[in-house]
Amino acid sequence: MIVFRDTWRYLTTWANWTGDAGMLHLMQQQLLLTITALLMASVVGLPLALWLGHLGRGGFLAINITNIGRAIPTFALLALFVTADFPGVREFGPYGRAGLATLLALALFALPPIITNSYVAVREVPDDVKEAAVGMGMTGAQRFFRVELPLALPLIASGVRLALVQVWATATIAALVAGPGLGRVITDGFFRTNYGKGIAGAVVVGLVALVLELLAATLQRLVTPGSNGSSPKRDSALSADPSTVAADVG
Amino acid sequence: MSADGPTCYSRLTNEWICKQYLEDFRPEIQHATIEHLEITALSVLLGLVIAFPLALLARRFVRLESLVVGVATGIYTIPSLALLPLMVPFTGLSKTTVVIALALYALTILVRSMLEGFRAVPDEVVESARGLGYGTGRLLVRIELPLALPVIMAGLRVATVSTVALTTIGSLVAYGGLGNLIKEGVTTNFRAELFTASVLCVVLAVALDVVIVLTQRLLTPWTRRGATA
Repeated sequence: MIVFRDTWRYLTTWANWTGDAGMLHLMQQQLLLTITALLMASVVGLPLALWLGHLGRGGFLAINITNIGRAIPTFALLALFVTADFPGVREFGPYGRAGLATLLALALFALPPIITNSYVAVREVPDDVKEAAVGMGMTGAQRFFRVELPLALPLIASGVRLALVQVWATATIAALVAGPGLGRVITDGFFRTNYGKGIAGAVVVGLVALVLELLAATLQRLVTPGSNGSSPKRDSALSADPSTVAADVG
Repeated sequence: MSADGPTCYSRLTNEWICKQYLEDFRPEIQHATIEHLEITALSVLLGLVIAFPLALLARRFVRLESLVVGVATGIYTIPSLALLPLMVPFTGLSKTTVVIALALYALTILVRSMLEGFRAVPDEVVESARGLGYGTGRLLVRIELPLALPVIMAGLRVATVSTVALTTIGSLVAYGGLGNLIKEGVTTNFRAELFTASVLCVVLAVALDVVIVLTQRLLTPWTRRGATA
């Protein structure tokens, strides 16, 4: 097929990778967006979810925020942000055109998996363990930092990992509203009926997504030592209710 | 939020909520909504049809299970805006492209929930059914499927709601249902169009979710009795 030849040619032409509109720069921009948005969501979501989980309150909201997030199309939210007076399409530092709108939308979509998983993680710490901690005379803070948090860590990490992959996917969509990131190669290719370019962009975006997923999985394994045997069990216990694990593809 | 003039959309007034828009563009909105529903329904159905035999196979052969789940996770990792272009060389700029891509995503959720559902069937129930002389086929249809249904339906809800949202991305190849209106709304800075289409997307997702929940209640009356008792 001719399209694949065009794709190969696009990918193997060094000029397409360099420069301001080159794929390397766009990739770097999208990675920066992804990491910033993930950090924003973690800073807001993690303390909130862990605190709620510790208190054992707000479960309804913590669980349902995922369902709400799933029903709202990322594209629609991005489009609303871009069209509104604020944040609009203004340039935002290294994040490029519509940078602030994209960052906000990405952070919002990273929140549900982080909040739901962290909340469930703390809640799922067995009651007898918690009671033993109380019996030992631990204060609330001690219980949280010495008992609940260490036991919850594998699930919290898997929530952040889910969010990472999801944010990368969502960041690609920013290009549909002429925003920053690698998605622009895809939309450019399509709008100018240069399908080879569009497919080349798709290949790069997909490959980076897979690499990110593998990296995150490795990192998760390193961060939670000794969980090699136990973490799949926890995962499957949770995924009995698919609504709490499945993320949005974006 | 009524407009001060005869219309709330024009070069000067560009309101988010506009009744006049709904009246003037009714055919366009209807067409987009129907296309959206059509793409979502076809994708989820196609996903179901492929997921079911896959789940049965994966259940039968243990080594296949990790492969199926691995591939499913891999597909799920690929951003939708990247998956669509990858389909284009094979199916062109058509509705089929969108349906196949979305079906792949739905499939990954459905296979996992089916495996999860089958695993939730108690072993002793299966054994007593075998003892009563149930063959493999009858066991599946009469015993395992009904008992796995609540978990499978939970997966179906997730798959359907996310497919409704993802359909909007189809606007890349001009078949995005309400996504087409959203795209047009952004490029022409038409707030009423953009807002209406976005709200309709969420309404569609919630409506389909309710339909599935009601269907599940009809299909599994015993879970309802259990819940009220």
